[in-house]
Amino acid sequence: MTAEPPERVIRGAGVVGGVAVGPAWRPAVVARSAREAGDPAAEDAALRAALAAAGGQLAALMAAADADGAEILEFQAMLLEDDDLLAPAFASIAQGGAADAAWSGALDAEIAAYSDAGDAVLAARATDLRDLRDRVLACLSGEAAAAAPPPEGAVALAGDLTPSAFLALDWSRLGGAALTGGAAAGHVAILARARGVPLVVGLTAAPQAPDGALVALDADAGALIENPSAETRAALAARTAAGAAERAQDAAAARRPARTAGGAAVRVLVNVDDPALLDALSPQICDGVGLTRTEFLFHGAAAPGEDAQLAVYARILAWAQGRPVTIRTLDAGGDKPIPGVTIDGESNPFLGLRGLRLSLRRPEVFRTQLRALARAAALGPLKIMLPMVTIPQELEQARAHLDAVCAGLAAHGVAHARPALGIMIETPAAALTAADFDADFYSIGSNDLIQYAMAAARDNPAVAHLADPRNPAVLALIGRTVEAGRARGVEVSLCGDMASSPALIGALLDLGLETLSCAPAQVGAVKREIGRVR
Amino acid sequence: MTGALDWVEGAAVIRDPTGLHARPAVKLTKLAKRFAATVEVRAEGGETWVNAKSPNAVMKLRAGHETPLSVRAAGADAADALAALLALVDANFDDG
Repeated sequence: MTAEPPERVIRGAGVVGGVAVGPAWRPAVVARSAREAGDPAAEDAALRAALAAAGGQLAALMAAADADGAEILEFQAMLLEDDDLLAPAFASIAQGGAADAAWSGALDAEIAAYSDAGDAVLAARATDLRDLRDRVLACLSGEAAAAAPPPEGAVALAGDLTPSAFLALDWSRLGGAALTGGAAAGHVAILARARGVPLVVGLTAAPQAPDGALVALDADAGALIENPSAETRAALAARTAAGAAERAQDAAAARRPARTAGGAAVRVLVNVDDPALLDALSPQICDGVGLTRTEFLFHGAAAPGEDAQLAVYARILAWAQGRPVTIRTLDAGGDKPIPGVTIDGESNPFLGLRGLRLSLRRPEVFRTQLRALARAAALGPLKIMLPMVTIPQELEQARAHLDAVCAGLAAHGVAHARPALGIMIETPAAALTAADFDADFYSIGSNDLIQYAMAAARDNPAVAHLADPRNPAVLALIGRTVEAGRARGVEVSLCGDMASSPALIGALLDLGLETLSCAPAQVGAVKREIGRVR
Repeated sequence: MTGALDWVEGAAVIRDPTGLHARPAVKLTKLAKRFAATVEVRAEGGETWVNAKSPNAVMKLRAGHETPLSVRAAGADAADALAALLALVDANFDDG
């Protein structure tokens, strides 16, 4: 009789609570030097096949993209046929190197050259080279492996996940995820919260459990447990049952309108990051959509065309059944780089060209989105929200673009309506001077507002203790925005993570907020907490 | 070996305000690839000629706005290649 291997507990930070017990499963991610080098002829053939497959993918993406997007992709496609660029990779293979290491080595050298040249135009193209490098590596590691679905109830283990990699996984089959990288306020955390996926980030050691071995995820305690003992499994099963009872109460509360104990009505909206999320969600649980993150549209590398965007916005409006739908224009930059759109090599991207600043610099992408939004507004109550606004002139410049877009649509007899135009309050400057903006509504983006007020980066765990949503400075900025909205008679909502945290709901209502927009999975818990206030 | 080639050479001024960035680089290399001749380009003040059929090499030239781009070609259709590339630069990379 063999002794059971001892339990091994790996600590991390629990970001989205919950528990899961299931087989370990590692999503097919790009892993450097994962290949064993075969004989040079085989490696040569593998790289050529991967280059051809990547070329085919790019051609398909180009066919679906608009003119700007297609041009960005064409540069990548042409690089696949650049014999000078490929020569070092094939030379490395001829000397016995593995196809993936040879390809990465050749591209990494070029990426460094692009980034280090001190030339903004060239540095911006480094993103394209990275995108191309990863696309070919993914082709090399095998399309079939990447497409294999996870076992039911599996716990996903990874170093880190990009937002697009997260969205590519089937979370209806997965029990949770544990990452050695990642940050509590990163975008993967937002995506996981929206779906109620238990998530632990920042594991202090790499998991050793082989794929298929049973592991336990205790996201409430921030731990991954390998070789869980019978006692541990029983304890977690009991908590799963208790959690199910809580969730049943949440689900019941979600279907009722939100009222405080004192009887005051509170509007609860949902945040949407990918419309696929809506398939499993009833619009009855909310008063509308308070934030639609449109970055998901750009994950395919190609900037989406006007008609493709219109179809997505129309789908969200149809789901909402007459409830207002707020759509945020592209919020790229900061920690959300998009190949071909954002600027590489900024010394401090969070203080650089991001959000509306980037849109005003790249008006062709912005106008395409505004055209699609104005056309969608003819179908239902759609509101446009501008991210990362600092001074009133930026709102006025955006309004001028919207005016021009609406005039163009009218001149061509295209059905459209002029949407309400509001701003996010994410910078202390915008919060302190909110009354000076001629905005149709304000929506407080608490994650960035905290980061900028406290000078504590969202993605740096070492300063996470400073990023305190209850800090009086943060609460004062929120209160000031609420006052400005009252004085101007326009709606003020809050759509950051604070609105998804039941523990903070009382403080937000005390500040005078009457509209909150939260993660869909948190609607019930938020409404229950509202019912306990006052 | 290169020295033994019989080059024809010319130059045209880049008018695009951003210089020879990705879009013009792609157009230039696509056109160069239509010819059998060896075709090379050089930025103003640059020491080295680079392969005009390599978008990566052309991009890295960082040839700027209002600077002349030198073009040289050698081989059977060298004269046609040179004329076509200079015409493309002259037309501000508008190939219709």
